[in-house]
Amino acid sequence: MSITLDSKIPAGPLADKWDEFKAHEKLVNPANKRKFKIIVVGTGLAGASAAATLAELGYQVDAFTFHDSPRRAHSIAAQGGINAAKNYKGDGDSVYRLFYDTVKGGDFRAREANVHRLAQVSVNIIDQMVAQGVPFAREYGGLLDNRSFGGAQVSRTFYARGQTGQQLLLGAYQQLARQIGMGGVKLYNRMELVDIVTVDGRAAGIVVRDLMTGEISSHSAHAVVLATGGYGNAFFLSTNAMACNVTAAWRAHRKGAAFANPCYTQIHPTCIPQADDFQSKLTLMSESLRNDGRVWVPKNPDDTRAAADIPEDERDYYLERIYPSFGNLAPRDIASRAAKRAVDNGQGVGPLKNGVYLDFADAINRLGQQTVKERYGNLFDMYERITGENPYEVPMRIYPASHYTMGGLWVDYELMTTVPGLYCAGEANFSDHGANRLGASALMQGLSDGYFVLPYTISNYLADWLNKPIPGTDHEAFKVAEQQAADRFRQYMSIGGTRSPDYFHRELGKIIWDYCGMERTEQGLEKALSEIPALHEEFKKDLRVTGTGDSTNQTLEKAGRVDDFFELGMLMCRDALVREESCGGHFRAEHQTEEGEALRNDDDFAHVTAWEWSGDPMAPVEHREQLEYEVVQFQTRSYK
Amino acid sequence: MSEKLTYITLKIWRQGGPDQAGQFEHHVIDEISEEASFLEMLDILNEQLIEAGKEAVVFDHDCREGICGTCSLMIDGRAHGPEKGTATCQLHMRKFRSGDTITIEPWRASAFPIIKDLMVDRSPLDRIVEAGGYISAETGGAPDANLIPIPKPVADAAMDAAECIGCGACVAACPNGAANLFTGAKVTHLNLLPQGQAERYQRAEAMVETMDEYFGSCTNHGECEAACPKSISIDVIAVMNADYFKAKFKNRKKLSRT
Repeated sequence: MSITLDSKIPAGPLADKWDEFKAHEKLVNPANKRKFKIIVVGTGLAGASAAATLAELGYQVDAFTFHDSPRRAHSIAAQGGINAAKNYKGDGDSVYRLFYDTVKGGDFRAREANVHRLAQVSVNIIDQMVAQGVPFAREYGGLLDNRSFGGAQVSRTFYARGQTGQQLLLGAYQQLARQIGMGGVKLYNRMELVDIVTVDGRAAGIVVRDLMTGEISSHSAHAVVLATGGYGNAFFLSTNAMACNVTAAWRAHRKGAAFANPCYTQIHPTCIPQADDFQSKLTLMSESLRNDGRVWVPKNPDDTRAAADIPEDERDYYLERIYPSFGNLAPRDIASRAAKRAVDNGQGVGPLKNGVYLDFADAINRLGQQTVKERYGNLFDMYERITGENPYEVPMRIYPASHYTMGGLWVDYELMTTVPGLYCAGEANFSDHGANRLGASALMQGLSDGYFVLPYTISNYLADWLNKPIPGTDHEAFKVAEQQAADRFRQYMSIGGTRSPDYFHRELGKIIWDYCGMERTEQGLEKALSEIPALHEEFKKDLRVTGTGDSTNQTLEKAGRVDDFFELGMLMCRDALVREESCGGHFRAEHQTEEGEALRNDDDFAHVTAWEWSGDPMAPVEHREQLEYEVVQFQTRSYK
Repeated sequence: MSEKLTYITLKIWRQGGPDQAGQFEHHVIDEISEEASFLEMLDILNEQLIEAGKEAVVFDHDCREGICGTCSLMIDGRAHGPEKGTATCQLHMRKFRSGDTITIEPWRASAFPIIKDLMVDRSPLDRIVEAGGYISAETGGAPDANLIPIPKPVADAAMDAAECIGCGACVAACPNGAANLFTGAKVTHLNLLPQGQAERYQRAEAMVETMDEYFGSCTNHGECEAACPKSISIDVIAVMNADYFKAKFKNRKKLSRT
């Protein structure tokens, strides 16, 4: 089976494409919607909003989460905000400008039509969330407040203290809970997807494993939506939650869904630096802090004085120096690499010299501690809990960490993967952020996909299936998939080696971070492509999973996820190797300007690389979707 | 560099399943950095257990940033441990001393049956939200977000209540196993906002009555507020009670007149 990449972008001028689509798509009439079953996997922003909205429309929805409650999804940890082209500040914002900033922020590697639609519906998201009771920050007159974020010269970011993701997720969760209570959605919690089932090349359903009993079961549907998040935990240390994984997307990939741009990973510039080897995860400090915090390192690498004792003229405010027009709000990829350069130069600060300062002294002098506390209080408290240092008195120390993945399952304009009937939404798909995502755009995309895109596009597929039988879970394809999944988990239990899944995950993460992290080279990637398969072989021979397979066993769950990270790791490195240019989060050391900035190659690489599974994780088949820019002109991305 | 703690004895509750008998198990951590988080200490213990061929301790955890509400644990008899306003995942070993014995148990509440070891089933909290913890605003058709101004103090008070992470510490800390802080927080968040007024009394009534099906009754001990990792005030319980009682008397056809 070979795949074709048809992006199905509607005809017409860019600004009219979404209306054009809606005007001509196939619909399912309200009385017929209840005849269709849709499975939604994942209950984060994209999954919860999709499941709730599809149920409101009248479809039968089965929602699956591997958490105990839909409210736990990692969308909840997003701190800073959500962008929308509301132009409430009257500072020159517009749908076009948000669209343009997003394409430019993505280093001209995103699909124009998708990004424009995202900017269009961004305004509906804010209206919808306010109607649902999301307590966004407000000004004294009672109107909504905005802050600015990296990569934009307008204030378009709506926020709820430092917990915007939490409030938006709870909004979507409440809408989902309403549908669960009314019977529109059937919720399956503590259930993990272990396979996708296709029949005659179409998505027929899923196989799941009950995390409390180990029982494997099948669920069939007319369409399946994966909203299962990103794969940033491939690096082991990341700001993702501990359970975040690639399994759902990877199992779909193995069943025919193309995986696009896996090398586009975002390294977030403002995380708390690693303290020691035992560390299990890294903690993000919101980008919004860069509105008032100033990033600096001592000019002299050997400076051992406390931050406050270093005089102004011996400090290097390197972002303000190199990027005067964006300063501390330079986009994430640029700020991350600048921090790496400072630390590599030996100018790092802290006990391990592995961070840079984010200093609020000036902001506290200018605004007063109370105002700073109002804006960032919970972040400051969190920083103090983790590091034991008080950021009102000493500058924060920060360093980049894996945070978000722009790559993901390839989807067309309708968010359908290369497997008909299998959709992918939110961070799990590749669609809107190109090679780098701007701050406050992940929440926007998750909710856009779930509330305002999928509920429209899915009927275009379903309409043809009205009153036609679909394969049930007694179909042989389900039985085979169940057997394979059961065998796989039995196999992990029976290896009887000496190392835990965490050991392998940590070792794998080190390889991927060293060679496919902030800076990549041909030589390093080749090395990773020999080390990862070797480590994977060791995993298959030396894994140890204790306990049993028929009650809660987190070691066994982890083994399955790590197994899939190995194969993904190979694909990430392969993708980084063939993309012989630097763009956004993908920085190939061989391709940089004299000043050390990313050097794109638009003649040869203005395309999406979508990989097809061949059966051998080391030999995927490459496909390309050429990116056609009708409105935006390529230009060198400059934030100077 | 970081200081090390030595010889920490962990007294951990182990239980094979919901219907099995449980018991305490003792383990010793020889040395651990004070920079480690409490859950990282359990990770280290689990690595040791797996190495020794024993089953790892099951505990719920996920974001490790104090926001998802997945982590739990009674630590020395206190929900989320000794540090005020802090979830277990944000508790660090620098709050303990060398030689300490630390008792770790699951949430203790009859509404939260044990699944295994330290993991419990908190789904009754979801049932309360499903009963009315939302504003019925279906997708599409929402008016402009700035159409209804909300005074900043109102928005701030709603946000204070909305910060609840749904961890269940309030229930675990309550001598009665009541979920009034959890329910009150959601009722307060939505009932303070202008958008929440249409369903205000119906919401309070449905949520309180669903809560009563699963949980014990509140007798104003205030343990919930002390245990809450988000320091949510028990004022929310007063707001909920007031709306619940009003709900019983209000003529809802005439709501718009008050």
